[in-house]
Amino acid sequence: MDMIDYPDGEQFSPGHVACAGCAEALSLRVILNTIGPDAIGVVPPSCTAVICGGYPLSSVSIPVQHTTLENAAASASGIKRSLNAMGKPDTTVVCLAGDGGTYDIGLQALSSAAERNEDILYVCFDNEGYMNTGGQKSSSTPLNAITGSTPAGKLSRKKNLVEILAAHRIPYIATCSPAHLSDMSAKIKKAESIRGTKVIIVIIPCLPGWGVADDAAVKTARMAVDSGVFPLYEVEDGVDYTMTINTRNQAVNAYLKQQKRFRHLSDADISDIQADVDWGWEYLLDRAGK
Amino acid sequence: MKGENNIRLLSGNHAVSWGVKLARPQVAPLYPITPQTPILEKLTEFHSRGELDAELLTPESEHSAMSACVAASLTGARVFTATSSQGLLLMHELLHYASGARAPIVMFNVNRTPGSPWAFWPDQIDSLSQRDTGWIKMYSESPQESLDTVIQAFRISEKLSLPLMISHDAFYVSHAVEPVALPQQEQVDSFLPAYKPELRLDTSLGQSFGAPIDQATWNRSRRETAAAMARVENEVLETGKAWGELTGRSYAALEHYRTEGAGVVIVTMGSMCGTVRDAVDALREQGSAVGLLKVRQFRPLPVQTLRNSLAGIPCALVLDRNYSPGMGGILHQELKSALFAMDDAPRVHGFLTGVGGVNVASMKIQQLVTEYADAEPSVDSVWVE
Ligand SMILES: Cc1ncc(C[n+]2csc(CCOP(=O)(O)OP(=O)(O)O)c2C)c(N)n1
Ligand code: SF4
Ligand SMILES: [Mg+2]
Repeated sequence: MDMIDYPDGEQFSPGHVACAGCAEALSLRVILNTIGPDAIGVVPPSCTAVICGGYPLSSVSIPVQHTTLENAAASASGIKRSLNAMGKPDTTVVCLAGDGGTYDIGLQALSSAAERNEDILYVCFDNEGYMNTGGQKSSSTPLNAITGSTPAGKLSRKKNLVEILAAHRIPYIATCSPAHLSDMSAKIKKAESIRGTKVIIVIIPCLPGWGVADDAAVKTARMAVDSGVFPLYEVEDGVDYTMTINTRNQAVNAYLKQQKRFRHLSDADISDIQADVDWGWEYLLDRAGK
Repeated sequence: MKGENNIRLLSGNHAVSWGVKLARPQVAPLYPITPQTPILEKLTEFHSRGELDAELLTPESEHSAMSACVAASLTGARVFTATSSQGLLLMHELLHYASGARAPIVMFNVNRTPGSPWAFWPDQIDSLSQRDTGWIKMYSESPQESLDTVIQAFRISEKLSLPLMISHDAFYVSHAVEPVALPQQEQVDSFLPAYKPELRLDTSLGQSFGAPIDQATWNRSRRETAAAMARVENEVLETGKAWGELTGRSYAALEHYRTEGAGVVIVTMGSMCGTVRDAVDALREQGSAVGLLKVRQFRPLPVQTLRNSLAGIPCALVLDRNYSPGMGGILHQELKSALFAMDDAPRVHGFLTGVGGVNVASMKIQQLVTEYADAEPSVDSVWVE
C-alpha cells in the first residue's frame, strides 16, 4: 500500500483558482514542496499558469517566468545558463507545463533541450487536452475521447512521449500520478539528484475536461494506474526501464465508463482499447525485464 | 432583406463560423486560442454533423496551421483558418511566406493583447503588427459584418491571389451576441464561384513554387504584389456592392456615418465604431456637426479615398485601440502619412484609447471632441485615461 509520505511546507498556498477538486493543484503542492525554495519555475499558458496566480497574487513561493506556450524548455535553458554564468548552478530550474505545451507546440523546444541535455527538470501535467482554452484535443488525448475539437471522438492514439524522450537518451524520465504522492515526491527527489534533462509526466484527470465528478480526480488517477492505462515507471538513460508497479488489477472498462468523454463508446470500442492497453503493458514489462 | 428569412442570435465568433461554412472551404487547419476558440469549435461541430465538407486538421501549433494553409492553397484548395494574438504572432514567418507565394488564404483573427504580461483583452496590436506582411487586412465592427465579410473575403482574396485577414475585437465582438441574418446557401454559391486556380501544385502541370531567385526577380515579385494591392480597394467595393444586391447590406473600404457637413470627423476601426456612432448621435443631438469615418480596409490603406473623404474637414480625431511603442497609435501614424502635403487637410489629433482593452465610453469620446475640436494638434498620440 502507498503510505502518504511527502514533505509539505510553504511552497504552495491555498486560495488559488484551480477547479475545486483538481488533482493538478495537489500535485503542484507536492512537487514544489519536494523541490524546496531554491528553484525557479517556468510556466507556459496552461491551467498551471492560472493556478500559479493572476497578478498581483501568486500561490507559489518560488519566482516564476510565465512564458509562451511553445518555449518552456528553451526558456528554462536560458534561465539555467544564466544561473550558471552567475555562479548559481545548483538552483533547480523547473518547467511546469501542460500536455499541449509539451506533446504539441512545445515539443521542438523540449527535443532540442533534451538533445543538449540541459540541466532542467521538466514536469508535464498531462490532463490529455487543452483545458485552459476550454478542452480541445492535444496529441496526448487518447483514442476516441470527445473534446471540443473532436466532437465525434478523437481518431488517433495518444502520442507516446516517454518513448520519444527515451530516444533522446536523457538521464531520467518518469510517470507519476496524484494517487501516488509518495512515489511522486520520491521521483522528483531522484530527478533532482541527477544532472541533465529530467522529464516527469503526471497524469491529471481533468474534472470538466474528462467529465468526472468533483471528488473523483484522485480515484480516476488511481484507476488509470491500476488498469494499466497510465503505468507508473521510470526510464534511465533512455534504455533502463523500471516498473514502479508491475501488476494490474482491473480492466479498462470501469475507468472509461466513469468519464463523460468516453460515454459514447461501444463494447467493441472498449475491447479495442483494452487490446491496446494490454499490448502497451506487455511491451513495458518486456522492456523492464519484468 | 432579399431572400433572407433566417435571423439567428449569434456571437461574433459563431457568425464567422457560419460564414465560413457557407463559403465552403476545402481545407481548414485550426489551432485553439482564447478568444478565437468558439470559431474552431463551431466548425468542428459542423464538420462532425456532416454540414461542412472540408478537410479539418488540428496541428501542433499555429506555425504548422499556417504552413498547412499555404501548402493547401498552393495545391488549389479554398483555405480558411482562424487565430488570435500569440497564435498570429507565431505565424508571422508564414504570413510573409503566404503573401509572397500569392496564396489566397482567408484568416480570421480575434484581436487580443499579446503577452507579456498575459492578458486576454481587446487590443488590435496583434494584427496591426502584421501590417507589413503583405496580407489584405480588414476590420469588422459587428457579428453581422464579420459573417458578411468572411464570405466576401474569399471572393476578393481568390480574385487577386492575395491572402486576406479579417479581425474583430476580443469579447466586444467575438463574444457579443446579436441577431445575425444568415444568407441562403444558394445565394452564397452564386456569389462565390468555386476556386479553380490556373497555377497550382499538380502532377499534370508540373509547376513548382518558391524556388530561390535572383534579386531582380524577387524585386519583380513585390512589384506584382503592389499591382495586385492597387486593385484591392476597387475589388472590395465591387464585392461589397454585389453583396448588397444579394442581401441588402453593402460594404466599401471606408464607411461614412453622419459626416455630411461635419466640423469634426472621428476616424477609427473595429468595435470602437459602435461607441463612436453613439457619441456622434449624442453630439449631433446637441448641435455639433460630428461624424464617423470607419476604416474597414486597413491594408492596403485606401489613401486616395481617405484624402477625398477628409478634404476640407477642419478636424479629425483618430482613436487607436493599439499602441506602437515609440511612435504611438498606428492608425494615427497612417492617417498623418495618408494626408501628406494636402492643402485642405484636417488638423489631426491622435488618441491612445482602449489600449489593453480598457473601456472607452461614449461620454469620453464626446469629451474628446469638445476638448480638441478647436485645439492645435500635437504630432504625438495622446494617452487617454
Ligand atoms: C502560440 C499560442 N497559441 C495558442 C495559445 C492558447 N493557449 C493557451 S493555453 C492553451 C492550451 C494549453 O494546453 P495544455 O498545455 O495541455 O495545458 P492545460 O490548459 O491543459 O493545463 C492554448 C492552446 C497560446 N497561448 N499561444
Ligand atoms: S480545468 Fe481541469 S486541470 Fe484545469 S484546473 Fe480545472 S480540473 Fe484542473
Ligand atoms: Mg492539458
